[in-house]
Amino acid sequence: MSAMVPMVNVAALKDTTLLNMGIFALFVLVTMVIVFRASRNNKTAADYYAAGRSFTGSQNGTAIAGDYLSAASFLGITGAIAVNGYDGFLYSIGFLVAWLVALLLVAELLRNTGKFTMADVLSFRLRQRPVRIAAALSTLAVCFFYLLAQMAGAGSLISLLLGISDWGGQALVIVVVGALMIMYVLIGGMKGTTWVQIIKAVLLICGAAVMTLWVLSIYGFNLSNLLGAAADTAKNPNVLNPGLQYGKSDTSKLDFLSLGMALVLGTAALPHVLMRFYTVPTAKEARKSVVWSIWLIGLFYLFTLVLGYGAAALVGADTIKSAPGGVNSAAPLLAFHLGGPLLLGFISAVAFATILAVVAGLTITAAASFAHDIYANVISKGNADAGTEVKVARRTVVVIGILAILGGIFANGQNVAFLVALAFAVAASANLPTIVYSLFWKKFTTQGATWSMYGGLSAAIILIALSPVVSGAKTSMIPGANFAVFPLSNPGIVSIPLAFLLGWLGTVVDKRREDSAKQAEMEVRSLTGVGAEKAVNH
Amino acid sequence: MGNEAQTPDAAASADFQEVQQTGQFQELRKRHRSFVFPMAIAFLLWYFAYVLLADYAVGFMSTKLWGNINVGLVLGLLQFVSTFGITAWYVHYSNRKLDPIAAEIRNEIEGHEFDKGSTVRGAAK
Repeated sequence: MSAMVPMVNVAALKDTTLLNMGIFALFVLVTMVIVFRASRNNKTAADYYAAGRSFTGSQNGTAIAGDYLSAASFLGITGAIAVNGYDGFLYSIGFLVAWLVALLLVAELLRNTGKFTMADVLSFRLRQRPVRIAAALSTLAVCFFYLLAQMAGAGSLISLLLGISDWGGQALVIVVVGALMIMYVLIGGMKGTTWVQIIKAVLLICGAAVMTLWVLSIYGFNLSNLLGAAADTAKNPNVLNPGLQYGKSDTSKLDFLSLGMALVLGTAALPHVLMRFYTVPTAKEARKSVVWSIWLIGLFYLFTLVLGYGAAALVGADTIKSAPGGVNSAAPLLAFHLGGPLLLGFISAVAFATILAVVAGLTITAAASFAHDIYANVISKGNADAGTEVKVARRTVVVIGILAILGGIFANGQNVAFLVALAFAVAASANLPTIVYSLFWKKFTTQGATWSMYGGLSAAIILIALSPVVSGAKTSMIPGANFAVFPLSNPGIVSIPLAFLLGWLGTVVDKRREDSAKQAEMEVRSLTGVGAEKAVNH
Repeated sequence: MGNEAQTPDAAASADFQEVQQTGQFQELRKRHRSFVFPMAIAFLLWYFAYVLLADYAVGFMSTKLWGNINVGLVLGLLQFVSTFGITAWYVHYSNRKLDPIAAEIRNEIEGHEFDKGSTVRGAAK
């Protein structure tokens, strides 16, 4: 390390705990007030799940960015670039390009045909019960794995940010984060959740922008100098080239291709992202919100490139890896190096807010799916009144919150990337083929949908259970055992094509034909937006 | 509640199969698909080409262009540029080619021009 790069004193971080907690408490207080104010108009199901469809495109786009830029994006990608160099940058690209699938093929058509959940669209012209149950199950599965990842991320962050390193202390913080999240969702519904996400997105993007400009100013706003410094600190010019992490063997190269596939195809099938399209009044606003979020997310991922290489140059990969929190600590350590305790406190609070907001978004999606798809449409066969349905949704929030807290405590310290990749792969395998087929393929049938959804869902989960992520390697969840017969850590390259194939096969061998009047109705509604629910006026 | 997607609305009485057969709707469908399908194939090919290059052509991607900027970084940043570009292009296309015709069809349906068993329909043609 050169003389101009002082070592970051990790032990000194503990002194800033009170400051971190203070900034975090302020955020909670401000958002609570906003959630209370937003909740005054929560009367109907459309209010509770879809915020009365009253958000504008740019507000919703900011909230989508808030939903999407989770701890995995901010801490995970910055850390991946800081430690693995160029290979980390590939995450940013996959996560961004994926939005074109949502923009071109899914967002507007979905807004025009559905009401509250993904299952509304998938079961539109197919048989209600089997398709709704399958779609709700895959929604719950994706949300649960995503939730676990966020809660586990919260646990490992806390060890660095709040200086709490014992298991009991971390468990307590997970309980606090979970309880706060339940409060937001119970009181605020979708409207409160959306406001929390908007505030968090603005804070996160501003924080990242300040740090990016700060890092660039150190290197005279010359990207080449920054890259050179990163290579110098790492004493390895290969941090600027691809292959540092994934180039080791043929299997790891294939693994990267598989990950790239899951990332680019997973986003447009994430239920909590899809549900956000219902909070705007029209398809045109849905389009605007995707456009807005593509700009914000793209900008943010450009920042992560600078932040990642900045952390590599100024903090150094070895210091990052040995800090509590490991790779995830790159962004907070960089903040501490640049702006001392105050900037670290701000960035820590933003990181917590990020987890809180994403967890709230996932919880409301899972609760809506259970109450609306399983309870209202399957259990009570469409006879439940709206008030009862919202009551069920609120109770589901509490149950999911408690499950997430328990799961988070037990997943604490587990490999977070594993859980996020699982959520993306499950979403791309279980949901995307059916979404695409039912929107664009006239002949698609109920059997095709159930084969594709159950086949994709189980293939993704079984392959991950049999992968080196779970057993057979030093970094596995169960390092002692070895039943890893599947060599790749991401199942996407197998399970996604399989799900598309099953959807096609299930349809062509199906003797039943679907109602062509319903198909006509879905196609006309999806493209023209006729009869789509408008904003609720109070 | 019930089958949410099918609650009565301004379009409930419309004969959608008839709307689907109209030249106007066929044109909308053609304009939509002739843009989004080729575009989706194009950006996915470009994305996977990039992933494969980063995966299997490390030497080429590591070629320095100026200073410490190499081919890999430039191609990666070009993925951002193409994503922003396609987004802007699609918005421009929708505003000009899709939205007006969709609004026309919507108004006709909501004005009950395609109602089932309606006699106005026959007279209008």
